[in-house]
Amino acid sequence: MQIPCPLCGPRDLREFSVRGHALGAKRPEGETWSVDWDDFIHNRDNPAGRTEELWFHGGGCSAWLIVDRDTVTHEVFGARLASEGGQ
Amino acid sequence: MRLDGKGLIDRDTPVRFHFDGKAYEGFKGDTVASALLANGVKLMGRSFKYHRPRGVMTAGSEEPNALIQTGTGDAMLPNVRATVQEIFTGLETRSQNRVGPLDRDLMSVNDLLWPWLGAGFYYKTFMWPRAFWEKVYEPTIRRAAGLGRMTKGASPEESERAFAFCDVLVIGGGPAGLMAALTAARSGADVIVLEESADLGGRLLSDGEDVEGLPGPIWVQEIRDALEETGRVRIMTRTTATGIYDGLTFGAVERVGNHLPRAQDLPQECFWRIRAGQAVLAAGALERPIAFPMNDRPGIMLASAIRTYVNRYGVTPGENVTLFTTNDDAHKTALELVDAGIKATVLDSRPNVSPHGDYRVIDGAQVIGTQGRRALSEITYRTASGTHKLETDCLGMSGGWNPSVHLTCHKGARPVWDEAIHAFVPANNAIRGLHVAGACTGAFSTTDALTQGVEAASAALKTLGKRIRKPDIPKASTDAGTTSALWSVEGKGRAWLDFANDVTTKDVRQSAREGFKSVEHMKRYTTQGMAPDQGKSSNIGALAVLADATGRGIPETGTTTYRPPFTPLALGTMAAGAQGKGFAPERFTTSHKAVTARGAPMIEAGLWYRPSYLPAPGESHWRQSCDREVNMVRNAVGVVDVSTLGKIEIMGKDAGAFLDFLYTNMFSTLKPGRVRYGLMLREDGHVMDDGTTACLGEGHYVMTTTTAAAGQVMAHMEFVSQVLRPDWDVRFVSVTEQWAQFSVAGPRARDLLNGILDTPIDNDTFPFMQCGTARIHGIDGRLFRISFSGEHAYEIAVPSTYGDALYRDLVARAEALGGGGYGMEALNILRIEKGFITHSEIHGRVTAFDVGMQGMLSKKKDFIGKAAATRPGLLEEDRERLVGLKPVGSVKELTAGAHLFEPDAEATRVNDLGYITSVGYSPTLGHFIGLGFLRDGPSRIGHHMKMVDHLRSVTAEVEICDPVFFDPEGGRARG
Repeated sequence: MQIPCPLCGPRDLREFSVRGHALGAKRPEGETWSVDWDDFIHNRDNPAGRTEELWFHGGGCSAWLIVDRDTVTHEVFGARLASEGGQ
Repeated sequence: MRLDGKGLIDRDTPVRFHFDGKAYEGFKGDTVASALLANGVKLMGRSFKYHRPRGVMTAGSEEPNALIQTGTGDAMLPNVRATVQEIFTGLETRSQNRVGPLDRDLMSVNDLLWPWLGAGFYYKTFMWPRAFWEKVYEPTIRRAAGLGRMTKGASPEESERAFAFCDVLVIGGGPAGLMAALTAARSGADVIVLEESADLGGRLLSDGEDVEGLPGPIWVQEIRDALEETGRVRIMTRTTATGIYDGLTFGAVERVGNHLPRAQDLPQECFWRIRAGQAVLAAGALERPIAFPMNDRPGIMLASAIRTYVNRYGVTPGENVTLFTTNDDAHKTALELVDAGIKATVLDSRPNVSPHGDYRVIDGAQVIGTQGRRALSEITYRTASGTHKLETDCLGMSGGWNPSVHLTCHKGARPVWDEAIHAFVPANNAIRGLHVAGACTGAFSTTDALTQGVEAASAALKTLGKRIRKPDIPKASTDAGTTSALWSVEGKGRAWLDFANDVTTKDVRQSAREGFKSVEHMKRYTTQGMAPDQGKSSNIGALAVLADATGRGIPETGTTTYRPPFTPLALGTMAAGAQGKGFAPERFTTSHKAVTARGAPMIEAGLWYRPSYLPAPGESHWRQSCDREVNMVRNAVGVVDVSTLGKIEIMGKDAGAFLDFLYTNMFSTLKPGRVRYGLMLREDGHVMDDGTTACLGEGHYVMTTTTAAAGQVMAHMEFVSQVLRPDWDVRFVSVTEQWAQFSVAGPRARDLLNGILDTPIDNDTFPFMQCGTARIHGIDGRLFRISFSGEHAYEIAVPSTYGDALYRDLVARAEALGGGGYGMEALNILRIEKGFITHSEIHGRVTAFDVGMQGMLSKKKDFIGKAAATRPGLLEEDRERLVGLKPVGSVKELTAGAHLFEPDAEATRVNDLGYITSVGYSPTLGHFIGLGFLRDGPSRIGHHMKMVDHLRSVTAEVEICDPVFFDPEGGRARG
């Protein structure tokens, strides 16, 4: 599997580590415990199919990426920098 | 028997090798199988379960019978296919799975017991007593059944791993693959061609067919020259594609040196990972046997293998050959035999078949029995007119051809049944980017192969956006032949499906009868297809018999799952380069040479190597060294390399806010020249790491992390900066490798430093937790007054270039002051005496509250983990919380990992109140001390508890105490 890093170009899977669904980028507001915090920390959908995930290019440029990929076919549709809002 | 004027072997280069201790001669280009056949050796091994004599069945990597051991000693390799292993001078080979000599295997008594040894026999018979299965039955059965032997030691022979890239990968060097490669290369693509055997050509080397008016092998050579002329093609022979993975990545194993004398100093094999833009699969097809009674004697083989031996190796496996076929293809073998002057007879199961040449055809015939003890001598066959016998020394069988669909199925696609050819073919678009061509699609004529090769490459090139330049299709045979279905022949005696695992039609029918009707269940119940050949010659036949026994059609019955690797792959080859030093990179500090020169045993800390202790002359036990080093730091001065701690330089207008957000406590208030201890949480409220951060100037900080968590903290900071706070003006970079940093600790630390600092310091100019730049021997460095030992201590940093020199200088100066260098053991004791935590304590399940640092959770700002840290369950008094421990009973030792109980409670899980994380003997206090976590720990200080280490069988009475054992006021660090 290759991930097209926007900074480095297509790179091998082994340069990256995954941190789960891209929802992990949506840190809730507020400094006290709430349902939103519970969801943010503990609850993720586990879709079979196309989804967006956070990946870290630790073996490369250290960029955090939002990767658009299919968890069933492992096809990667694209990746963009999380620092650019991930939109 | 060797044939004159036939074969592609090099007759000018004779090669001597050994099989079962006896010397044989073959020629360069022979496989072990072809050379043994040339020497009249038909018996090559014993079968898996019944220990029946077996000879070679195929001429390729799908061989189920002729498995041998090569090499000697620890270099011995089991289950090598004699049909693949090329001979070389000095090659040692042995037959497998026998007791005593191969021709009188003592275990062949199993063959007489066959009526009782069917599928499931072991599970049904060896049931009682239950404990005997693991200890007695299974080991005995495993010894009796089986394949080659494992060696105990690591092989002294090395393999390699390598990587390759190309626009178009062509798998298979037969007619389809060659045309695909030519099309791709001429259209400007970079091409890799993988060919499993030693030479390009595939069946063109075996079939005696002309292409473009040239003999097959000559045409192949011309195409090879044309490919090389393009300068774009890398031809990899002796290389098998073993699997296909995500993103058109292929695994492939290349036989690099295992066909050559060892003196060549080459790796045995190379495991390739090949990434292809597009790929063409031209893997060909495998002929299938027919399950007729007693079809396993030496001398019975595949019909196509016979013509490979004749045309490629110049060997005939028999002088009076019979062919039993369901299709036209075996007639080609008859023609080749006749051409070589060998008598051939064809028994065709179909009615009304006439010979294609000068040989006899008996049509409507089925073989129903065979005779011959160690090799075939006679067959019995049945026609409409009755039962007949025929003397023959070699029987070729052909039940049709199975396209090699394996790689198209490695990612989950299922092959599709093609009724016209009675075989499974690849599903359409089974793998995107993998284009199939030739016999592996079920198109069996040479013209089809040549045409499809061009077409498959064109489809690949189109995707790549290349301008396609198609070569002309050479003139070749358009005859694909016809076939009929005949999977098994009824008669007296066993009819083998899976020769490698001794599975017969009876076993498959029994499986169906006993309810194992799914093909996956049948496979596991009978072990059909589970031998090293993975059922290449038996899977389709077995499922056809199963389909018949269950009254279903073949497509409804379906195939088992095709998984990588396509051929057996040595784990040592896949792991090549990853053993020993290759397992993980090593990180050395700049003081590495100095401490190893002093005989320091090194311990691993992540990838780093750090000295355990520095033995002084006369010390024979690590505790002597450790105690001396601890005393040295407490009483004089010690030096230790702390460069392995993560060092991260942070700059920017928002650097202070960034640190506030990362750490639980406040850092934006830290003044330039000051250092602060900080605690970091994960977002779930548990402790991630701790360390100090120094403010070197306005908006300029240098953070230290623990050695263990340096990488994790760096990735975390990148996440926080890029994902959570992308708008903040902050930049950071790891400088762990750039700075060599040493701790100088002890009452005489400042005396030592003032000997090397260009500007001496005192307690007013450089108080506790002060930092700044410093010139050391004229070099610009950094000085931090921080302490991990509780002593008056500094950390001094210089560019790594000067690390070795500074370390040696510091140690020499320390020794002059009655101190010296110290290692990790002493460092650990010193920090336990002070109750300082490491990742033994902050192991991922503890909170700031648990380690007594709830006061560091700032109420004035947000920080990572703040919301989660306030969850009620994380703040309860009776959580397991940090305490100190010391032994007070007759047992004076503490052990890390031991659990804590009330003194009179039974040491069971329900009574478990806590555990010990760090222990050591404190020479300062004269007894063992420890840190641990205990329910409601702080309120139990002064109480006695029972420590039980179930693993080491140690029980001790302990007193719970404050985790700070030494200098609780901290005066020594400030002095």
